[in-house]
Amino acid sequence: MYAVQIEGLTKIYGSGDTKVVALADATFDVTPGELVAILGPSGSGKTTLLTTIGLVTEPTRGKVVLDGELIADNGWPPSLDLKRVRREKLGFIFQSHNLIPFLTAVENVMIALENNGMGTKEARARSITILESLGLGHRMDQYPALLSGGESQRTAIARALANRPKVILADEPTAALDTENGRHVMALLKKLAVENNSAILVVTHDQRMVEGFDRIFTFSDGRIVDEKRN
Amino acid sequence: MNLALRDIRHHQSRFIQTCLGLGLLLGVVMSMGGIYRGLFTDATAILNSTAADLWVVQQDTTGPFAATSRIPEDIKFRIRAVPGVEQASALSFQNIQSERNGTPFRFFLVGYELGGLGGPPAIVAGRPIGQKHYEIVVDRAMKIALGEQLRLAGDDYTVVGHTAKMVSSAGDPVAYVTLADAQKIQFKDDNNAIRNSREKLADQLARLPILSRSQADQLTPQVAEIVGSTHIANTVVARLAPGADLALAQERINRWNHFRPLTAKDQEHILTEGMIKKAKMQLGLFRAILLVISGVIISLIIYTMTLDKLRVIATLKLIGTRNRVIVGLILQQSLLMGMIAYAIGLTLIELTHDKFPRRVDLVAIDLQLLFGIVVLICIGASLVGIRKAMRVEPAEALGG
Ligand SMILES: Nc1ncnc2c1ncn2[C@@H]1O[C@H](COP(=O)(O)OP(=O)(O)OP(=O)(O)O)[C@@H](O)[C@H]1O
Ligand SMILES: [Mg+2]
Repeated sequence: MYAVQIEGLTKIYGSGDTKVVALADATFDVTPGELVAILGPSGSGKTTLLTTIGLVTEPTRGKVVLDGELIADNGWPPSLDLKRVRREKLGFIFQSHNLIPFLTAVENVMIALENNGMGTKEARARSITILESLGLGHRMDQYPALLSGGESQRTAIARALANRPKVILADEPTAALDTENGRHVMALLKKLAVENNSAILVVTHDQRMVEGFDRIFTFSDGRIVDEKRN
Repeated sequence: MNLALRDIRHHQSRFIQTCLGLGLLLGVVMSMGGIYRGLFTDATAILNSTAADLWVVQQDTTGPFAATSRIPEDIKFRIRAVPGVEQASALSFQNIQSERNGTPFRFFLVGYELGGLGGPPAIVAGRPIGQKHYEIVVDRAMKIALGEQLRLAGDDYTVVGHTAKMVSSAGDPVAYVTLADAQKIQFKDDNNAIRNSREKLADQLARLPILSRSQADQLTPQVAEIVGSTHIANTVVARLAPGADLALAQERINRWNHFRPLTAKDQEHILTEGMIKKAKMQLGLFRAILLVISGVIISLIIYTMTLDKLRVIATLKLIGTRNRVIVGLILQQSLLMGMIAYAIGLTLIELTHDKFPRRVDLVAIDLQLLFGIVVLICIGASLVGIRKAMRVEPAEALGG
């Protein structure tokens, strides 16, 4: 089974003169544990690809199947519980870390686990383990405001991976970091994804970050213009 | 993990300040309820401590509290003869404006028959009045020590006992003397007038052709006694025998003309409806306004707290947090704010209500009702925030 299957995925914003085809007819499959990088200039539709797969943006046309479940078929199926799919099958990491400011690092990870019904005690223990594996054991009781950029992003990775989602969507996770931190975060992300057998789609501007990825798509004007396999 | 508490912990000082402010508001709301209850208790203090079934007053008046009523004391004998009446005694009521150590003070003087109805209820210090003259029982609030003398209408009265929290319907402290003393005090100023009218009476009698000179002289003091009697009371109160028919006794006295028998219920109605209804409405309106203000403050604070959290809410939605968790976050904060404020207000009023110049009665049912209203206000106030939160799109978490 594929982790992600998309077919003819299209997103059009607006209509008439203001019509923007943000994503045009994207079709590809991702297997579990596969590392996919998405490159392309600004405005080429990279974020749109992730948000349509991530049930944040409703696609105009096309199909998305996540872990065997049809989640888009020319729009969202009316009976689909978007939040359930997001919390059970998806992990999100974004450029700005999006941590919750009034929760400590460990609580930010716990919330994702509790969302899936895990008890507080177990969630805490599991979160601590994950944070420790990311080298954040000593920082876990800090509030996000006191974490460095790299620490914040690693906490966000911990939160995204906590539920061992089938698919991780990462939109420029290293953009706010310096090169060294960026490499470190990317390496951790890859390592954890492989360990969890999660498919991972990473959008990046930075060619240097893509080494070790299984596949690299290049987008332009909403279309896939290049596909490389390593 | 409770998000509401964690968010509050993060904005502790702002939250606590808001709670304090709201607490003060709610404290005022509680005190107003207590003041109203106190007005009610005070207004009916004499009525209730007398515990009479019937209050016989001058015809066409709503005395003795709400209007002036004057009736002859002797009518009590006739009332005692009414079937069903077990006990009847005359009472005299007057406001006294006096001066003590250079400062003026007011009190309400009750004259009662020793052993009759309407005397001082519980004596908290000293003893009840034991002799027919020159003893007085005063309320503690008058701050006159036992054994001290109080000069009234030219006579010195010795304070022999204290009552507690006895006030007139106007809120003045109450003092008790015997009916005879009260009548003396009440009519003292009229002594000159009495002498004048006596001379006039003698003159008139002497001029009557049917009376001889000596007959006229003999009649004068007796007629004067009848006409200028100081044996006047303001009301005669009666207590019925157990099981006696109140309406029947009332009906009987009604037939005598000249007198109006009011039941205790009538009196309570007169006192509360007529005399403190406006105060009640005033206080009620004020309380309603303050509650509305509290509601507006809570909803404003909760709304701004929600606005500050829109990105957090978007993120929570993005990672699949259920709506009830998000609704709970806002609702719990609102309820917590209301309850902490309520607790602060209650503590405040519990600590201070004794120090109010007039009675503040904190009644459990009032406080419980207010608690219920506060909870409803909190729920209502959170709705605006919840509505806003429900409209947040998870995509809003993604913007730079
Ligand atoms: N909500 C929206 N409404 C209208 N147009 C949008 C919206 N979101 C994106 N677009 C447009 O869709 C196109 C693709 O945007 P997208 O954000 O996917 O690009 P991107 O490749 O992620 O760019 P960047 O590298 O700058 O993040 C752009 O032209 C953008 O202006
Ligand atoms: Mg983008």
